[in-house]
Amino acid sequence: MIEINHIDKWYGSFQALKDCTTSVAKGEVVVVCGPSGSGKSTLIKCVNALEPFQNGEIIVDGIALKDPKTNLPKLRARVGMVFQHFELFPHLRIMENLCLAQEKALGRSHQEALAKSSKLLDRVGLKGHARKYPAELSGGQQQRVAIARALAMDPIAMLFDEPTSALDPEMISEVLDVMVDLAREGMTMMVVTHEMGFASKVAHRVIFMDNGEIVEDALKTDFFGSPRSDRAQKFLSKILSH
Amino acid sequence: MFSNFDFDVIRRSLGYLFLDGMTFTLTLTALAVVGALIFGTLIALMRLSGFRLLGWIAGLYVDLMRSLPLVLVIFWFYFLVPYIGQWLTGASRPVHVGAFTSSLVTFIMFEAAYFSEIMRAGIQSISKGQPAAAQALGLTYSQTMRYVVLPQAFRNMLPVLLTQSIVLFQDTSLVYVLSIPDFLGAASKVAQRDGRLVEMYLFAAAVYFIISCVASFGVRRLQARIAFVH
Repeated sequence: MIEINHIDKWYGSFQALKDCTTSVAKGEVVVVCGPSGSGKSTLIKCVNALEPFQNGEIIVDGIALKDPKTNLPKLRARVGMVFQHFELFPHLRIMENLCLAQEKALGRSHQEALAKSSKLLDRVGLKGHARKYPAELSGGQQQRVAIARALAMDPIAMLFDEPTSALDPEMISEVLDVMVDLAREGMTMMVVTHEMGFASKVAHRVIFMDNGEIVEDALKTDFFGSPRSDRAQKFLSKILSH
Repeated sequence: MFSNFDFDVIRRSLGYLFLDGMTFTLTLTALAVVGALIFGTLIALMRLSGFRLLGWIAGLYVDLMRSLPLVLVIFWFYFLVPYIGQWLTGASRPVHVGAFTSSLVTFIMFEAAYFSEIMRAGIQSISKGQPAAAQALGLTYSQTMRYVVLPQAFRNMLPVLLTQSIVLFQDTSLVYVLSIPDFLGAASKVAQRDGRLVEMYLFAAAVYFIISCVASFGVRRLQARIAFVH
């Protein structure tokens, strides 16, 4: 579904990604972890071309991002993305947040979009909040709306960029619950997170990044059992020691 | 000290002052604001577009307009627009452009430079995550601008835009140099005809003061009401 082949990315003279290669198969859940500044968010943003990259190629559902014939907005409409800071549109009501791209990017009718949105709001447990503005919701609720907004596009895969890092601790589980359900339903997911509980519960594979490199790309059981690299061992011991 | 002043001159000329003069001033202000908003948005988008050449041209334009006194621009436009019109249409003589059209074009061009800077700041005040989220949902660049970035930016910059519009309202009095009877021009004409300079200019000052003050107060009220909860 997603193939990442030998990606290099520079910010000026700083190399943010170094020869990164990995893939996510259909229905697979891949967790990307690593210390901050290791390039994991950059990598996931490259997958729907929100960040340009200099060398290498990413192929999503058979479509090469660097191909000049690729219609990027059209491709992005098929790949859902959830951000660390939710990024709901503050000037629009919750329902309008969900409907906007369905109507403008997919060309669905307003009725169709409304029906789809109501169903998804219900699914993330926020049916009664359709007419509110984002600022009236808690962080956890906003992030669940953001997930519903991405799902409303019927995505072929979902990208999560640290979806719980900006949340108060008591709100993390309500967001993770939605993500676990999604994973169990067979959604293809690439998730940047420090939530190792989530990783051990639903991930198939874990990728560990450090300094812009993919240091370890292993099956979940191997990764948590005995990571091969020292750096991954150190990282795990730090975040699992509490 | 006012014993030899004749304030009745104001009452006698009210019709001319307001029906002719103030109507002209308000019409010019309103049309100039609308035009400058549209043209200013365009310039702001050019500066933010990421196309080097477009940004450079827009930047040069803004710097040029902001470095010239408004009166000078009004003069130049009044004398130049007929020739530019001639050059554009290929007519054999300078195109006749009325003082109103000429001053309107001037104010739109001039104020657009200021408006565009306000808008640029307003657009840049929107966090990068917002356009990223819009694009991640499959919206194109222009849809992202239209539905996500500009509505938020406009709301953020509305108070500043309105304040600048109040300044524009005062600045329209500069059409005086083209001897157009705007409110100040009308007051000045009456003043000179009846030899009542002090009375008329006092009155004109009072009217500008009251209108601008009330408008500023309205802007502050509005600002408090639309402030965003993030």
